[in-house]
Amino acid sequence: MNPTALRFGIWIVATPLLIAALGLGFQGLAAVDSSLFFAWGYFIEVLIAGLLQGVMYSLVALGFVLIFKASGIFNFAQGSMVLFAALTMVGFIEMGLHWTLAFIVTAGVMVLLALVIERVVLRPLVNQPHIILFMATIGIFYFLDGFGQTLWGSDVKVLDIGISKAPIIIAEGIFENGLLINSFDLVAALVGAVLVAVLAIFFQYTRVGRALRAVADDHQAALSVGIPLKTIWAIVWSVAGIVALVAGIMWGSKAGVQFSLALIALKALPVLILGGFTSIPGAIIGGLIIGAGEQVAEVFLGPLFGGAIQDWFAYMLALVFLLFRPQGLFGEKIIERI
Amino acid sequence: MNFKALGLAALGAAAMATAAAFPASAADKQFVPGLMYRSGPYAPNGIPFANGFSDYFRMINAKGGINGVMIEYEECDTAYNNDRGVECYERLKRPGAAAITPLSTGITYALIDRATADKIPVLSMGYGRTAGSDGTVFPYVFTLPATYWSGADVIVNYIAQKEGGYDKLKGKKIALVYHDSAYGKEPIGTLEALAEKHGFSFHPFPVAHPGLEQKATWLQIGRQVRPDWTAMWGWGVMNSTAIKEAAAVGYPMEKFIGIWWSGSEQDVTPAGAQAVGYKSLNFHGTGTDFPAIQDILKLVHDAGNGTGPREEVGTVLYNRGVMNAAVISEAILTAQGMHGEKPLTGEQIRDGFEALNIDEARLQAKGMAGFMEPIKITCADHEGTGRAYVQQWDGSAWTAVSEWVEPNREGLLRPMIEKAAADYAAEKGITPRDCN
Repeated sequence: MNPTALRFGIWIVATPLLIAALGLGFQGLAAVDSSLFFAWGYFIEVLIAGLLQGVMYSLVALGFVLIFKASGIFNFAQGSMVLFAALTMVGFIEMGLHWTLAFIVTAGVMVLLALVIERVVLRPLVNQPHIILFMATIGIFYFLDGFGQTLWGSDVKVLDIGISKAPIIIAEGIFENGLLINSFDLVAALVGAVLVAVLAIFFQYTRVGRALRAVADDHQAALSVGIPLKTIWAIVWSVAGIVALVAGIMWGSKAGVQFSLALIALKALPVLILGGFTSIPGAIIGGLIIGAGEQVAEVFLGPLFGGAIQDWFAYMLALVFLLFRPQGLFGEKIIERI
Repeated sequence: MNFKALGLAALGAAAMATAAAFPASAADKQFVPGLMYRSGPYAPNGIPFANGFSDYFRMINAKGGINGVMIEYEECDTAYNNDRGVECYERLKRPGAAAITPLSTGITYALIDRATADKIPVLSMGYGRTAGSDGTVFPYVFTLPATYWSGADVIVNYIAQKEGGYDKLKGKKIALVYHDSAYGKEPIGTLEALAEKHGFSFHPFPVAHPGLEQKATWLQIGRQVRPDWTAMWGWGVMNSTAIKEAAAVGYPMEKFIGIWWSGSEQDVTPAGAQAVGYKSLNFHGTGTDFPAIQDILKLVHDAGNGTGPREEVGTVLYNRGVMNAAVISEAILTAQGMHGEKPLTGEQIRDGFEALNIDEARLQAKGMAGFMEPIKITCADHEGTGRAYVQQWDGSAWTAVSEWVEPNREGLLRPMIEKAAADYAAEKGITPRDCN
């Protein structure tokens, strides 16, 4: 049997079983501890909300994966790219552009930014150890953070692209009070799915995509067979910039465009640890597991620890997965010949 | 010319230019340090406050200073970060510093001992360590006009009014969504005491910094606990996120009341129409219809000396900066009446703070009638009345929807404050002053 199909089959069967087992566990806990609450409808509602929230994390994680996949660099600046993209788009909207036009212009700005980063920061560092390139991305983080706010101001900005945020109640006949789902989260999940599909096609079936993967494997080998490293880096940073723009729009619409948006990158880290730094499906599955895991933990276990556990719980969950798969769920197995 | 000579020449020119732009501290000026934040995750809230604070002193200087003594104001950016706050304090502290405004509960906690040792008053207006209201233990800390404990009591008092009396609170559920920090935890003890006293159940929900993630919190509030009322102790992005998430689970905005740090334009604007109906406490006026604010517009902004954009004048946090500066200037004026019309030391200005009596006549004279409540401070009581009012967001502006609400100070809060201060004194080996 095809190993991928087998793995997929195991996931299909194991996931509902695991969710049911978790539900039964929480139900048992609530039965012995009166400070805890459990109802199946509420459990499913929290789970769905967590999965949808996880897609939002995946949107940010995708940007990291793209750059890591193509260059082996952990791009510390991805969070500030999200903020910079959102600030720029709001800036253009405030200048009178329709949001669709502002999106196109901002995408152009992000491509320009990628070209500048490649020319000024990355090109002089070709073949340097990855830690040097990582340090360079820390520099980019602080520069973009300050530059974006210098250019567009530090005020909280509103980014409204017309997505409804109204709550929707479904399954009222099945569960008491039904299941509450936020329409904005559904749209965000749809955007995430489309983005992943486009990126998967780009990496698997295009010439540039294959070249990106070759560069990721070995810079020098890729150069020796005629793959233009500089062009590839410019392309991948451009794509990561556009992914940052999409993440910035979704997060900016949700929370307002402001400095804190850059900190959302911290939410992508456990997703990457869990999903693997080189896998696009990994970023999505990792996001779903982290999103659902932290929301369920906060609601059903949080009261035992005084609440506000979701941040550290996400990292703990990722670390537990690392014990069993050091390369992450979908990461490439690390084989070093010595 | 070689590079070395060129470099030295450039260095010399830069030094001369700096000297020209920032003249050395003049001995005939009263120094006022400002611990503000214009960077970091809370910058959108810190900037208007800092601009209001600075503009008020510019207005005072444009009018000729306080009894002819001009104000020399210097600011340091803490980024709302405790260690940077201490660093800023160390940089700006000097015997002639009028007062420190930490603008952060965490920084206030970090500075209380240092400022007391350096004899510089700490003005933590509406934030900081509530026990600091007891002047017998904290001679250099001033919490006027209200503390978080007063704020919590005012919220419960307002809820009781809306429900038809304290007796109607029995069996009700009141939730608290709070920033998981020293700041957010301040009202918990008071709310627990009030829950016990009035028979309502209290449900606290911490939110981790910076507060972008509240989905699970609001699912618990909106779908599980379903409290009758919810209070919020939030700051920065946490406030707007809370309002959005509350709307996302269909929680009624008119039952959602923030403390005064959760009630600015920056908190409601990102939530758009979802924020309509949201309430918060406040302890000063909003808008520009006050003579003192008009003076700022005329003497500072019209003269091209405004610290920030003209359109932010009159917003909640700008006006709070103005109120802070106005209280400090009044303390300086009062201290001048005691120690002479000249630049004074922090210790002398502390005397001014302790003798503060901003009554209606003084408010009228300062152009602040209706802007704030009268304030009277004594040696033992560094808080004042603790009164606040409830304002509601209508989609474009904040409107007052209550009278000034009185906290239960003598019956509940003052004994709690005195106990907390006594515990602190015992822990630090402080012998309380005799204020009688």
